[in-house]
Amino acid sequence: MKLTIEELQKKAAQIRLRTIEMIDTAGGGHIGGSLSAMDIMTALYFRIMNIDPNQPDDPLRDWFILSAGHKAAGYVSVLAARGYFEDALLDTFNKLGSPFGIHPDKNKIIGCEASTGSLGHGLPMSVGIALSLRLDNLQSNVYCLMGDGETHEGTVWEAAMGAAQHRLDNLIAIVDYNKCSMDGPINSIVSVEPIEDKWKSFGWNVIRIDGNDMASVVEALEGPHPSGKPTVIIADTLKGKGVPSIEGDYHWHYGFLNEEQLAQARKDLGGVSNG
Amino acid sequence: MAKSGLSMADVEKMSAREAFGTALAEVGEKFPNLVLLGADAIGSTRAAAFAKRFPDRTFNFGIAEQEMVSAAAGFALRGKIAVATAYGFLLSLRACEQVRTDICYQNLNVKLMATHTGLSMADAGTTHHSTEDVAIMRSFANMTVVAPSDSVETVKAVEAVIRYPGPVYLRMGRGAMSSVNTDNYEFIIGKAHTLVPGSDVTIIAYGVMVNEALIAAQRLEEQGISARVVNMHTIKPLDTECVLAAAKETGAIVTAEEHTIFGGLGEAVAGCVTSAHPVPVIRVGLQDSFSVFGAEGEVRAAMGLTADSIIHAAMQAVSMK
Repeated sequence: MKLTIEELQKKAAQIRLRTIEMIDTAGGGHIGGSLSAMDIMTALYFRIMNIDPNQPDDPLRDWFILSAGHKAAGYVSVLAARGYFEDALLDTFNKLGSPFGIHPDKNKIIGCEASTGSLGHGLPMSVGIALSLRLDNLQSNVYCLMGDGETHEGTVWEAAMGAAQHRLDNLIAIVDYNKCSMDGPINSIVSVEPIEDKWKSFGWNVIRIDGNDMASVVEALEGPHPSGKPTVIIADTLKGKGVPSIEGDYHWHYGFLNEEQLAQARKDLGGVSNG
Repeated sequence: MAKSGLSMADVEKMSAREAFGTALAEVGEKFPNLVLLGADAIGSTRAAAFAKRFPDRTFNFGIAEQEMVSAAAGFALRGKIAVATAYGFLLSLRACEQVRTDICYQNLNVKLMATHTGLSMADAGTTHHSTEDVAIMRSFANMTVVAPSDSVETVKAVEAVIRYPGPVYLRMGRGAMSSVNTDNYEFIIGKAHTLVPGSDVTIIAYGVMVNEALIAAQRLEEQGISARVVNMHTIKPLDTECVLAAAKETGAIVTAEEHTIFGGLGEAVAGCVTSAHPVPVIRVGLQDSFSVFGAEGEVRAAMGLTADSIIHAAMQAVSMK
């Protein structure tokens, strides 16, 4: 499936609305990060990655690892929209017996590649996946989406060193740089700057984009990327993107919209969820 | 040993880690989807024999055990049998959360092959001793914990672990081990190996403490106490049938392990008997204490991991019947 930029923009708006509705039904969820990363996840699943929801175990597929597992609300909405499972299943989110909780469980969710949630695990797992793909002479890529605060974790940098050492050009990491962590603006807690220089000095190809601009997201993900080194996309995003009343506010790490905000969001996002 | 192509006489002369390295290289031939991950200790853990024979399937992560364990999960997600090697304290403590969340929670086919466990790095001190690893590993759902007691058993265990589905922690020492097992027994994960029959008390041990248990049993025999000796090479899943038979038939149990008394084999055995057939269980192990520096045998003796301690515990257990 290769949607156009315009179609991807529309799709992202629809999935944003579905995510917001699902979080409202559940009574809470990681709304801010789910929305900031939505353009990236939509581009990956509806244009970039070689995947087939009817064959989730296809050995030739590309891999997506949601290292920032708390963005699962947005992630499972993307998987539903892409056809991995019925949309109605999303209404069980966070309920007893549901395949979906705040963090994704790969043994419960069709299409989910790894159980994540504890930060700093996805990139090193992606290193193992990328190495094994190369060992098997496969051309597939691994896309690993991290949060910006997640890069506080030391294991991110162990993996950053390892990926460069192993020249993993089949690994594309994306940092959802929405500038907010749980306790406040991230760079007032512990700064991740100079973020581009950090990754460059670790031996990575660095691309800086507006992560909420679909054309830029697609261009960065499509490449071509240089061979012989891993690529990281630093995606400047807005936490809560798509819902102006909460955009850029770190307090919206977790929560749900009230009735008035939800009605406004429906208008802002075109009124159709998951198309 | 016919299956592995190694001669038993050769294996008996090997240290635990040499036996491990040799066995892994042999197993590598049989399992083309087996990959080896190391953390700048491929030589020291003796996994180098595999690395030399299969360089394309060997990956060195440098001194980054957490990355290595997560990457092992990544390999296993793609259907590989991922063998991650490091010293025991690093796998169980440094990479603890990666083992629990990436390996066990996802229930992946990763084999953690820990060398230099227990007090075997004696003069390196507590920083390098693995005396909590069994407690940690057995607390994780989906995890299997195996600890061979000599080189022959190590060779058998390596192949058994590779063939066994799911996460496994294989606990091995560093140096030479006395031979305690004959070659002609079938090594089955989860099935204990009774080495000496006995009727007054049962000594259940794993690793280097099996040899101490055998010495203790011989001396107890001289004092008129008939001690059964069980090599409990699999700590989880525990062979409860064997433990309960010991409780019923001998009425007293001593456990012996090169590990803290908290959370290890001793508490596993005690938990088993107290819920089905309560009898005295005395635990020999580290008594809420960190260790000391010295030579391997000296450190074990200083920490009370000796046949004498087992004898003392056996007499105490028998007196409580």
